[in-house]
Amino acid sequence: MDGNQDINVSRRTLLAGAAFVGVLGGALASLSAHAEESAPAQGPAPDLSTLPREKITLVSPPFVHEHEQIATGGPKIKEVTLTIQEKQLVLDDYGTTIQAMTYEGTNPGPMFVVHEGDYVELTLINPATNSMQHNIDFHASTGALGGGALTLINPGEQVKLRFKATRAGVFVYHCAPGGAMIPWHVVSGMNGAMLVLPRGGLTDAEGNKLTYDRVYYVGEQDFYIPRDQNGDFKVYDAPGDDYDDMVQVMRTLTPTHVVFNGAVGALTGENALKAKVGERVLILHSQANRDTRPHLIGGHGDYVWPNGKFANTPQLNLETWHVAGGSAAAALYTFLQPGLYAYVNHNLIEAVELGATAHFKVEGTWNDDLMNQVQAPTPIS
Amino acid sequence: MSPTASGAGTAFSIAIPVLLLAGILAVLGDQSGLVRIPRITAAAEIGPELVTIASRAYTYRPSGEFLSGRASMDAPLVEVTAPQSLDIMKFEVRAADYARCVADKACERADPRRRGKGDVPVTGVSFDDAAAYASWLSARTGDNWRLPTIAEWTFAAGSKAADVALGLVPDAGDPAARWLASYERESTLGDGALAAPSPLGSFGVNEFGVADLAGPVWEWTASCGGRTTLSPSGDLLSHLDSCGVHYLEGRHRAQMSNFVRDAIGGGCSAGTPPDNLGFRLVRD
Repeated sequence: MDGNQDINVSRRTLLAGAAFVGVLGGALASLSAHAEESAPAQGPAPDLSTLPREKITLVSPPFVHEHEQIATGGPKIKEVTLTIQEKQLVLDDYGTTIQAMTYEGTNPGPMFVVHEGDYVELTLINPATNSMQHNIDFHASTGALGGGALTLINPGEQVKLRFKATRAGVFVYHCAPGGAMIPWHVVSGMNGAMLVLPRGGLTDAEGNKLTYDRVYYVGEQDFYIPRDQNGDFKVYDAPGDDYDDMVQVMRTLTPTHVVFNGAVGALTGENALKAKVGERVLILHSQANRDTRPHLIGGHGDYVWPNGKFANTPQLNLETWHVAGGSAAAALYTFLQPGLYAYVNHNLIEAVELGATAHFKVEGTWNDDLMNQVQAPTPIS
Repeated sequence: MSPTASGAGTAFSIAIPVLLLAGILAVLGDQSGLVRIPRITAAAEIGPELVTIASRAYTYRPSGEFLSGRASMDAPLVEVTAPQSLDIMKFEVRAADYARCVADKACERADPRRRGKGDVPVTGVSFDDAAAYASWLSARTGDNWRLPTIAEWTFAAGSKAADVALGLVPDAGDPAARWLASYERESTLGDGALAAPSPLGSFGVNEFGVADLAGPVWEWTASCGGRTTLSPSGDLLSHLDSCGVHYLEGRHRAQMSNFVRDAIGGGCSAGTPPDNLGFRLVRD
């Protein structure tokens, strides 16, 4: 890429996002530069002064903050604050690290929930301790590159964006600061998802209500960690130091890690997900960059919105469902049998060798009708 | 089942427990049964430090899966009243020593995915690698070196040996309880730290002076996988060895295919895999 020489001048040059975007001179960059002038000239400004406001307190994935499944009352303004953190994350048991970029310090960023017709009022904070420009593109929003053109902020700045949640579904959000920065920020961890519920909650094809007892948020991430001459993963001291090397790995389209919730084993062992027989569990699964295919080993998806958009009728009884890169899916399942379940990306190489595995520990009474070991293993007679 | 087959089955069930136990004890008894070959000169330079475990009564749980009828059960506790004393390496085989076997083209290269710094034990070795090293060391020293059985390992590990029993009543009607209990236990055994191999001696010695037991290196044993089915009253109904896999001992017991050099979790292999695969040998 002809931008490489410029990139190599210094890390500071690279990180000064506007200058860098100027060098590339792409369409995104020019949109980004002119966004401030063009964006506000939209339809009549709504009078939102009468709408109730509600502050959302975020929790870290795989959990989702408490929320109403069926909205009471009319639309609200839901206030969310996301603080950007550039920080080192450990990706696996071998101690492999990345200079990650995150919303709220986690990969994925936290899930937040609103209802269709609500307004999201986001405060995005880029602390001065960070070294790069960042922004946020909400796939749930309309216009300005998903809000990206209105939220590009330097270290030490904050910005407030309001957008109306007009479509019900689970949607990815991610950083998109322009040009080559976009994929690099996204595969450095800077993405998450939000849930826009229909005001009346989820329904099946006949309009019957579908509620859930638990909801878990699984954010899948592909990482591209450079190796040294010995084949060992390289360690970088500061954000941005990995850029040149990582882009080379990214271009192979072959991730070194494919993980759930930021690290191999983040949702296994002591962090395994929990459920009980008879509980209806909603699993939200996002992948901001790359196609994937969740599968619950030993279970199913009773009702699945593979594309995650609730105006569509859910698909029934799926074994594996497809999540297009840059989207999120929702799957509702009632556990029928106790035991241990693996929830995987059913490219099993990615599940086992690269890390995309979670476990469910499910308590309850075994159902012999559903399954029975008629003959225990015995020498062949 | 025909009366004839049934009759044979009954005879089988009486005869085999004795044979099985005799077999296990024979392995232990073998230790002092061989005539010692005088060491050759080279031994001094590579002769590893040994600990002699004096005879004492002890208990262990044999390798393999156990069924009580159709239900999974804990391996039964075997009491050994008067084992032979045992000469076992004080430390796990060091990486530097293993490298000499590689240099002699008698061992394949180790392939550790976590590398330690300093005088570390060799890791990233399979059962087959460990067996090759034992042959090489035996040839170099004139002594007979081999992997310990699970019984011997437990005998030498003493208080550091993990009890593999889950303590659940076998219940074919509730297979999930065992899966969850086993998962829970393995999940909580690890300290959560990133476990690269540490220099020899980092984890102290047990009451007999054997070093680094139950550290971040699991140790291959000579004990095969397999399945033993007992009747509800404890009679042996069947036993089948499966020696394409062997057991490792460490913070928890694990079985692994003979050619695997690095354990990995994930997918439906629920549970906690060993951090690193290494070994130590006993000398007959």
